[in-house]
Amino acid sequence: MTIASQSTREALVAVPVSPAPTAQRPPARRRRRLSQNRWGYAYVAPFFLVFGAFSLYPFVYTAWVSLHRTSLSDIDGGTWVGLENYRDLLQSEFFWNAARNTLTIGILATVPQLCMALGLAHLLNYKLRGRTFFRTLMLMPYATSIAAATLVFAQLFGRDYGLINTALEAVGLERIDWESGTWSSQFAIAVIVTWRWTGYNALIYLAAMQSIPGELYEAAEIDGASRWRQFLHVTVPSLRPTILFTIVVSTIGAVQLFGEPLLFAGNGTTSGGSSGQYQTLGLLMYQQGWSNFHIGQAATTAWAMFMIILLVVGLAAVIGRLRARADR
Amino acid sequence: MTTTLPGTGTTEVRPVDVPRGRARRGRGGRSGKAGPVTYTLLTLAALVSVFPLYWTVVAGSHTNAELAETPPPFLPSAGLFDNFAAALEQAPIGKAILNSVLVSGAITVGTVLFCTLAGFAFAKLQFRGRGVLLALVIGTMMVPTQLSVIPLFMMIAELQWVNQLQAVILPTLVSAFGVFFMRQYLISALPNELLEAGRMDGASTFRIFWSIVVPVARPAMAVLAMLTFLTAWNEFFWPLIALTTANPTVQVALAGLGSGYVPQQAVIMAGTLLGTLPVLIVFTILGKQIVGGIMQGAVKG
Repeated sequence: MTIASQSTREALVAVPVSPAPTAQRPPARRRRRLSQNRWGYAYVAPFFLVFGAFSLYPFVYTAWVSLHRTSLSDIDGGTWVGLENYRDLLQSEFFWNAARNTLTIGILATVPQLCMALGLAHLLNYKLRGRTFFRTLMLMPYATSIAAATLVFAQLFGRDYGLINTALEAVGLERIDWESGTWSSQFAIAVIVTWRWTGYNALIYLAAMQSIPGELYEAAEIDGASRWRQFLHVTVPSLRPTILFTIVVSTIGAVQLFGEPLLFAGNGTTSGGSSGQYQTLGLLMYQQGWSNFHIGQAATTAWAMFMIILLVVGLAAVIGRLRARADR
Repeated sequence: MTTTLPGTGTTEVRPVDVPRGRARRGRGGRSGKAGPVTYTLLTLAALVSVFPLYWTVVAGSHTNAELAETPPPFLPSAGLFDNFAAALEQAPIGKAILNSVLVSGAITVGTVLFCTLAGFAFAKLQFRGRGVLLALVIGTMMVPTQLSVIPLFMMIAELQWVNQLQAVILPTLVSAFGVFFMRQYLISALPNELLEAGRMDGASTFRIFWSIVVPVARPAMAVLAMLTFLTAWNEFFWPLIALTTANPTVQVALAGLGSGYVPQQAVIMAGTLLGTLPVLIVFTILGKQIVGGIMQGAVKG
């Protein structure tokens, strides 16, 4: 039984990492399962090889680059500058402008989007004729690329030939120069993001709604709760983990916003408008690296973006835990 | 289900009969019948979803001046085909579509294969460090693309891969989401007994994968393939850095479309349409499956 005792020891080591249901199994069976031990590594190896080379290594190396003054034209010849790039970044008005824009566009794009997605999911959850038809149409924007969507919306929001301005004029309002204003351009960019993602998030919510037990609604109905109160007091609380998940995912997307502001003016300028009115952090990073050739600075901005994401995810985790505790 | 009234907002208390309760539970969630308001709102949402795509067709077939007229044209015209020709002349869209098919196809094959392998291991095999490795996979979903493009660019510059398709394919060959997705599917879909039966018969681990795991995983692999292809086709940031308009993917070609000195909206729109048509066609055929896949992934995730 030397093999068995050895595998028991391995099981003891493995249990704290992953509480798999091995403990209750008969020993013979356990031995067989654990004998595949080494094969696990073989199966995950291809993934981790590619992942290590093209994700993990770059991730760490970006931190290294951010501590150097490095030019795109002379990639290997960086000079060590310590934290200077970080100090410069925090003192740069461009960084704060981009951070502010990323925040406002992020809020404009995320909050209405998720609220509408929730409402749409609620509607899609009724007994419908043509269910699949509605769901598929609402997912069309998700299948449209950022580049295509932005070019179309840039046309729609165009100052001279845009349909939206034509419509505004038709109802007696002034034409708006969407691209040049701060709020108008940020609103327009938020519209693109909202258009692309609302249907997708609605389907995510719908899937979660369909797994809410019907008894909960019946109980609420017996208590005399109206449809709206049922939505507020049964649907939304049951969806809380899903909502938190979509908030986190949308926020991660919003922090990285890049293609929409790059192409909104149509010509791919990295400044985000003539006065940077819609330059985002993602766009600033690209400008620093590929327009100004300051790779070190770009790496610093990239790390700042990652820090912001970590902050948001950490915050969401804390909130999720607090709410879970409050419910208990 | 006939006893359920359409949404009225009133607070009627109806007798709770068991059959209805069971029927409700069967479908999961609530299932009131949709009223006219619901249909109106959903139709509106569907129109908003589709209109910009339709407008691409309209704007792609008219000149700037025609588009500025009041009322603007709302139907496409034969001018679309001239603009297709102009767009194909101004931007290498034909080559871009071919490149995108190659790139997205290769990425899809690689991702589905590697993620099924890893997802199977995380779902069903015991090995030391499994929990830590899985946490690492999930953790990477938070890392922004921006954080890896600089070293990646240095790497492909070193390898002289700038403007070559493998520069776009290789880094995107795996996806953390895919591993997680396959794991979640295989945990419940693949019975341990089946694996053990295979092992009793003396099948090698490799054979077990091909003859037992893959057949069971096939539906999830199909979903992952569709989602991966779509994502790869629409990938923007890294291809923009790694490629130029000399050898572009569709997205890179589209980004270059608007950079002319006198932007001709119609040509840009026609080009956009050309670059989007392949996915729209695929989506029209497989839309139902893609919708199902996303919803399935949402529940399992």
